[in-house]
Amino acid sequence: MNDILITCEELSVAYQDKLALEDITFNVLRGEFWGILGPNGSGKTTLLRTMLGLIEPISGRITLFGRTPAQLGALRDKIGYVPQYARIDFNFPLRVRDMVLLGRSRKMGLGARPTRDDWRAVDQALERVEMSDLAQRQIGRLSGGQRQRALIARALALEPELLLLDEPTAALDIGATEGFYEWVHHMHEQMHMTLILVSHDVGVVSRYVSTVACLNRRLVAHGRPQEVLGSETLEGMYGCDALYFQHGEVPHMVVPTPAHSHHPAHPHP
Amino acid sequence: MDILCYPFMQRALLSATLIGTVCAVIGVYVVLRSMAFIGAGVAHASFGGVALGFLLGINPFFTTILFCLATAWGIAFLSEERKVSEDSAVGVFFASTMAFGVLLIGFMKGYQADLFGYLFGNILAVSRFDLISSLIIGAMVLALVWFFFKEFLLLTFDPEMAKVTGLKVKGLNLLMMSLIAVTIVLSIKSVGIVLVSALIVTPAASALLLSDDFKKMMGLAILIGVGSTWIGLLLSVWLNLASGATIVTVATLIFFLCYFSSPERRKLLRNIEQLRSQMQNRL
Repeated sequence: MNDILITCEELSVAYQDKLALEDITFNVLRGEFWGILGPNGSGKTTLLRTMLGLIEPISGRITLFGRTPAQLGALRDKIGYVPQYARIDFNFPLRVRDMVLLGRSRKMGLGARPTRDDWRAVDQALERVEMSDLAQRQIGRLSGGQRQRALIARALALEPELLLLDEPTAALDIGATEGFYEWVHHMHEQMHMTLILVSHDVGVVSRYVSTVACLNRRLVAHGRPQEVLGSETLEGMYGCDALYFQHGEVPHMVVPTPAHSHHPAHPHP
Repeated sequence: MDILCYPFMQRALLSATLIGTVCAVIGVYVVLRSMAFIGAGVAHASFGGVALGFLLGINPFFTTILFCLATAWGIAFLSEERKVSEDSAVGVFFASTMAFGVLLIGFMKGYQADLFGYLFGNILAVSRFDLISSLIIGAMVLALVWFFFKEFLLLTFDPEMAKVTGLKVKGLNLLMMSLIAVTIVLSIKSVGIVLVSALIVTPAASALLLSDDFKKMMGLAILIGVGSTWIGLLLSVWLNLASGATIVTVATLIFFLCYFSSPERRKLLRNIEQLRSQMQNRL
């Protein structure tokens, strides 16, 4: 069961002349739940986009299911991708069920119409995210959490073996974030998928994942959360020894050991 | 109703139905992808193609199709390279192709009344050839949209996802640009180079105001598109007005009707009303 699903070897990625990722090496095993953590601009999303073949590396290589992203072909159907919430236009005239069906576009074949199997997969995915009753709602009329779950359903409609989530809690408040991770954790245990989740929520994420990877252009550290998240790693990742870091308007407190809970911090002066 | 017995009127009504439908269908994508300026740019580029046809003495239909396709592909190519933004690329082609047309006119002897007819269109002057060629090309456009329905939908809604699922995004984008170009060419004889982009954008924009579902939006856009071309055509005959301008005016009136009756707007007004009454209660 412990076979390798993703291999990343000395991977470097650049945007024009700016290095976004440098010399990244790691393996993801089947069934693992990875949390890729790092501050804004650390290359987390770039790493996901490279896995998906949206960006070409300048050196090194990355393989999924033993193939480079360009060679994936039909294996793409085994990968579910949940993009950052802000990339989606929720004013689009589209109902939840139809949006989820779009996740299966490639699998259905060029020009093909949805079959009964396709609709069954869509309805199962909606059931899994507990949104069956909202299937006919226009996507813009969903709450932040529901929108996120609808996007996950779109990825699950493919019945993927590997699920990639890019900042899935960006639209949620702190309370909802906690609940969301709880739910993802539960889903991972039930479905035996390999999960890779990109986030800046160091404190929360580390309590639910099996492996954390701390990224700041380079891979600062990776391993089991309790081994990795010492203050040295965080120092390497954030470039300072502060336990606080700021994302948007909400400052978070970084808790080094996963056994402790995550406290909302006092705002900075 | 006698007027409906005349062959030119029958051709005009058939043509109105066809362009009302095809423009509305393509318009849905143009509106949802915010490509209205591309539509206007390609339409203006057709002027160069029309002038070229006149100068060479061949039917402008063929030269215009080639010219518009080349322009659409040129815009796609320039903006694909990312060195130029899409709207700058349109801006460059927009004016230069018109300038090219004007230069060509300079080489022609005498006043070309027909050529200026293309600028504002005349649906009553649609010939048998125009109608048949429009029918063939219009049917092709609709068939391609029908075939690639979910691919175009995904490309419009979430282009990144389209790429991730392994769709040939570049090819599909080029195909969509080509469909826009061809739709414009088959409409310019009737509504004119200057007005055709309104017929593409307005019905779809009106339909968007009333729809929460993609298929519903497309159906409604077709209804509004065909409705405004018919009403516009009949009004223009009855009141002796320019047909293209009347059609566009009717479509615009329908747009504002939709705007003021859209569910979102009604909800907004209701909320304001509620707030007002709450404020008054408090006072």
